[in-house]
Amino acid sequence: MDDIDRNIINTLQHGFPVCDRPYLQVATELGLTEQELLDRLQALLDDGTLSRFGPLYHAELMGGALTLAAVKVPEHRFDEVTEIINAFPEVAHNYARNHELNMWFVIATETPEQLQQTIDAIEQHTGLLVFNMPKINEYFVGLKLEA
Amino acid sequence: MPALDTTDLAIMRATQSGLPLTPEPYQSLAAQLGLTADDVMTRMQYMAKLGIIRRIGAIPNHYKLGYRFNGMTVWNVPDAHIDELGQKVGALDFVSHCYHRPRHLPQWPYNLFAMVHGKTQLDVDRQIASIAAILGDHNLGADVLYSTKILKKTGFRSGS
Repeated sequence: MDDIDRNIINTLQHGFPVCDRPYLQVATELGLTEQELLDRLQALLDDGTLSRFGPLYHAELMGGALTLAAVKVPEHRFDEVTEIINAFPEVAHNYARNHELNMWFVIATETPEQLQQTIDAIEQHTGLLVFNMPKINEYFVGLKLEA
Repeated sequence: MPALDTTDLAIMRATQSGLPLTPEPYQSLAAQLGLTADDVMTRMQYMAKLGIIRRIGAIPNHYKLGYRFNGMTVWNVPDAHIDELGQKVGALDFVSHCYHRPRHLPQWPYNLFAMVHGKTQLDVDRQIASIAAILGDHNLGADVLYSTKILKKTGFRSGS
């Protein structure tokens, strides 16, 4: 990653135009050619520096449902429970965290009813209590990390 | 509930994994969906206006940018003050997500969640101290949970 890549990452975290040639517009602002920008973006996605490039949707406004959930997994069952929980397509992300509640995951479904069904199924398959922590209020969402 | 039609849903599905890396990405989507580029751009601008598209942009992998310390800071604050405090904490430039979530007493007393990101432990310690300063006497207890491993990460990205 060089200064040009950093510039691209920092600029594109703030938004992207909706017009006929948006990459050309951004490339011009950055002093690049359209093809250079496209190539570099592809490379940043390929090597995992960017996990995604595109529209970020507000799931609940689309009619979908999301929640954050946590379980307390006994250390000797950690791999087994990871496998069970990850196998649910409704589980979008799953992180190990350094707490008694040591596994935290996001569940995304098309309807709120499916959310509860997924939680029930996870409890059944793991035998563990799922701590459901849906958001009550959102104060800020907007990740911007300087590269 | 905003008026979404099947076109919006088709656009959403087609862009769930990202925007095409072609010189005319909206034209590429249009061709794929049997629409015109104008249709796609109009609907995307409409969804952005309603907040259904939060933004179009790049999502970096924290670790790859050197942000190795990603802490979920959690706080117990009085419900009567949480909205006012949550707004202030969410406005800090190092906070990427800030939410009010339910407590699960007695095991989980925390109701305010703020994700912070730093390149060093010291960065994050300072960030936590800034949040604590804002909460002041309303800070009834806190913890910070660091992710020790990504167990699953799909293409699905959204505020959660």
